[in-house]
Amino acid sequence: MTDKSIDSNKKIDNQTMDNIEILAKLELSTDERKKAMDEMEKILSYVDKLNELSTDEVEPLVHIMPDANVFREDCLKESHSAELTLSNAPAKRDNMFVVPKTV
Amino acid sequence: MEILEMTALELAQNIKSGQLTVREAVSAYINHAKNTDKKLNAFLTLMDVNDEKLNKRIDEVQQGISSGKYNGSLAGVPIAIKDNICTKGIRTTCGSRMLENFLPTYDAYVVKRLEEAGMIIIGKTNMDEFGMGSTTETSVFGATKNPWNNEHVPGGSSGGTCAAVAAGLVPLALGSDTGGSIRQPAAFCGVTGLKPTYGRVSRSGLIAYASSLDQIGPVGKNMADCAALYEIIAGYDSMDSTSINRQVESINCGDAALDGQMYVDKNLRGKTIGIPMEYLAEGTDEEVKSSILKAASLMEEAGATVEYFNLKMTDYAIPAYYIIACAEASSNLERFDGVKYGYRSEDAKGLHDMYKKSRTEGFGEEVKRRILLGSFVLSAGYYDAYYLKALKVKRLIKEEFDEAFKKYDAIMGPVAPTTAPKLGASLSTPLKMYLSDIYTVAVNLCGLPAISVPCGMDSKGLPIGMQLIGDSFDENKIVSMAAAYECMRGDYPCAYDNNGNAGIQNNQEGGCEYNG
Repeated sequence: MTDKSIDSNKKIDNQTMDNIEILAKLELSTDERKKAMDEMEKILSYVDKLNELSTDEVEPLVHIMPDANVFREDCLKESHSAELTLSNAPAKRDNMFVVPKTV
Repeated sequence: MEILEMTALELAQNIKSGQLTVREAVSAYINHAKNTDKKLNAFLTLMDVNDEKLNKRIDEVQQGISSGKYNGSLAGVPIAIKDNICTKGIRTTCGSRMLENFLPTYDAYVVKRLEEAGMIIIGKTNMDEFGMGSTTETSVFGATKNPWNNEHVPGGSSGGTCAAVAAGLVPLALGSDTGGSIRQPAAFCGVTGLKPTYGRVSRSGLIAYASSLDQIGPVGKNMADCAALYEIIAGYDSMDSTSINRQVESINCGDAALDGQMYVDKNLRGKTIGIPMEYLAEGTDEEVKSSILKAASLMEEAGATVEYFNLKMTDYAIPAYYIIACAEASSNLERFDGVKYGYRSEDAKGLHDMYKKSRTEGFGEEVKRRILLGSFVLSAGYYDAYYLKALKVKRLIKEEFDEAFKKYDAIMGPVAPTTAPKLGASLSTPLKMYLSDIYTVAVNLCGLPAISVPCGMDSKGLPIGMQLIGDSFDENKIVSMAAAYECMRGDYPCAYDNNGNAGIQNNQEGGCEYNG
């Protein structure tokens, strides 16, 4: 083991799962949640295999191709009309998206 | 020759010479698909032969071919598109309840290119939900069946695309490949698929799963058809910031048909091929292994040098892949919030409740699992241990491939450790399903081009696929090598008979000649 940060005990306890659900914006039923926790536990134990490799000296490889940043001229271009943009909206009114009351 | 038996290039030739009309070609395929697909469920949307827009397009293409406007090698050919590629005004679902009624307001870059080439879209194909799965069983619209044996899966996630081509419902189709999603179903269905180099084909209009890994590619009856379609869709597009501005060289597989021996000599003699020992290791079916070795010795006979070598990072590709893919998926799928498009829950109280309920009800189990995993590996306290670690391992994997390509023109091995599993056998244990991607995911992590070409059949009559992996931008080399291999292999059998009945059980009279 080269990385000490991964605990070999249970990785996903109830508190962690609560946090993940908030981050993922998902709200699982009790059954769904139990099943998800079990499967995630198995998968995360399996991916611990990566800790067999020493990577302290290795730079992470983010972009596979050398051009990481691509720029273009900042100029006006024709875009979708409001009507088209709204055409798939579950709810709309007066050329705007409608969402449930927020305050 | 019957329309349904022609390759896409032959079909285009017949249309060009006036032997066939575009309408005859399109109708033959749609009518066949309408019947056969009741059993297969390869299509999520299939055009109606009487559809007004379709008929206008047919007329327009027919005229364009006469006038010279459409003079490409695939003009007039019908094509099907995987349902995660946006088609303006044609439902694009990603196999998900979330996008059940989604009508794109624009065409993907590849769709525009097909239109410009005079091809005709006849339908959208089934897939694992958002591309997440290896069997096409996670589609909310039901699984696609393997045309060779309807009790087996077609593979995935481009299972609809590959089953449609294998069953002769369409001569050519587009898929997408994030971790093997073109190559593995192509292998399971006995058709040919190409995953291009990352950046070769624009992802503009491809609904994202894992942006650093996704790539669109062709699926066809043979290498020449795939190469012709690849030439149409490849090229620079300013709408995709990862698109590469680099000349796409023309790949001529046509010589293979004219003089097979010369073509084989030119493209295999003197080539060096490396087979990773790890790709034939325990866990790979004996029948798959012996098919691959047989293909290797055929290429050796043609004058290629075949060597075994160690690709020691093989076992680390799957853990690195699933961390990176899930991380990117959790980020990409944040956009589905029930506001701008897609499913919205009816009974939500307040904005946040609406987000949560819409996503929970709109996504299926596998998609939710990957979003949860991705959210976890990116979260504070775990980012370094999982996500960053995976990116470091990705570099080690890439370095190992770079080293191998200093020695070899291509790396060869199986596409998958087994042939197509039975329906329902994979879904209950997700980790087991992930492990079956062992020979395909490294290619995506490294952005490499790779081909799946049929090389045999197991004792159950299910196809086996060989994978040829090339160095970045070496599509030309591996396509030519694969086409040369095809010459030596001979025609691969069809999964359908002359009456268009799918399934090997019906294949006794209608099969093609095969020496494999």
